Amino acid sequence: MGEQVIQRQRSALRFAVPLGLFFALVILLGVGLTLNPREVPSPLINKPAPPFELPQLHEPDRTFSPQQMLGKVWMFNVWASWCVSCREEHPVLVDLARRNVVPIYGLDYKDQRADGLRWLQQFGNPYVLSAFDASGRVGIDYGVYGVPETYVIDKRGVIRYKHIGVLTPKIVSEKIVPLVKELDRES
Amino acid sequence: MKAKLLLLAVLWLAAPWAQAGEAAPAVADPVLEKRVMALAHELRCLVCQNQTIADSNADLAVDLRNEVREMMRRGSSDREIVDYMTARYGDFVLYRPPVKAATLVLWFGPLLLLVLGLWWLVMRLRERNAEPPAPLTDEERRRAAALLADTEGSAR
Repeated sequence: MGEQVIQRQRSALRFAVPLGLFFALVILLGVGLTLNPREVPSPLINKPAPPFELPQLHEPDRTFSPQQMLGKVWMFNVWASWCVSCREEHPVLVDLARRNVVPIYGLDYKDQRADGLRWLQQFGNPYVLSAFDASGRVGIDYGVYGVPETYVIDKRGVIRYKHIGVLTPKIVSEKIVPLVKELDRES
Repeated sequence: MKAKLLLLAVLWLAAPWAQAGEAAPAVADPVLEKRVMALAHELRCLVCQNQTIADSNADLAVDLRNEVREMMRRGSSDREIVDYMTARYGDFVLYRPPVKAATLVLWFGPLLLLVLGLWWLVMRLRERNAEPPAPLTDEERRRAAALLADTEGSAR
């Protein structure tokens, strides 16, 4: 009789093990499918913002360099007039700028100056100023590969947060605003 | 008139050179270009993620190829260029991920699964061979005897 019970247990195991493996595989693939392959972890987090000096978009004779921002928490947003997603993101930036939470500086990436200026005129300018990166060299230093991209940089000039893609009101209120408040308290 | 004709002829003859001049930068230094393309085949284009920057014509891929070419011209080693790229884009930019703690499963997982599968198969086969066949019941014995008797009977 004991042998029969063992037999029955063994045949139950025969189904349970492959079924278990199958579900484990389904869960694994399910998680894999819901991940966003665009969100590549940036190696720049907690590293100093790469230095550069670029002409400003509105005033080509004046330059902008991140070194000027030491001692302030600021947001650096990469945009371009040819970038469709930037248009989607734009109202969020305009709203954030109006609330005076954090100064937003722009990087007009691989753009034509006239196009960039017209774009800001048309949709509103949330930026304190925009640096003009015609060649995209500074973009490479910041690991930019999909505009828009956004960085939050602390008082010591260290990149503390990077977002690739369109900023949503949710990301702004849940990630960026609390982070900026926290960084403002740092000395 | 003659001068004009001559000018036309000269311009016409010069046309191929003018065109050749435009394509020159790409082949100015075939050795360098070969090195650029070899390394470009190792770097992922982050815009079109399943292509290398050698295969892709996305804007960023072209920029990164130019960057690689520039760095090589300045005398950077392949190692230095790869480090430059990973400092900006992370290990993801490497088409062949490096072997480190986080990628051990990726590199050796399939091998581990194969070994486990083989081990399981060997164990199963051994077990099966070791098991003596179940003894026949009386009923089966009787049927077997009847069948045997039957075939022996018809064979004669």
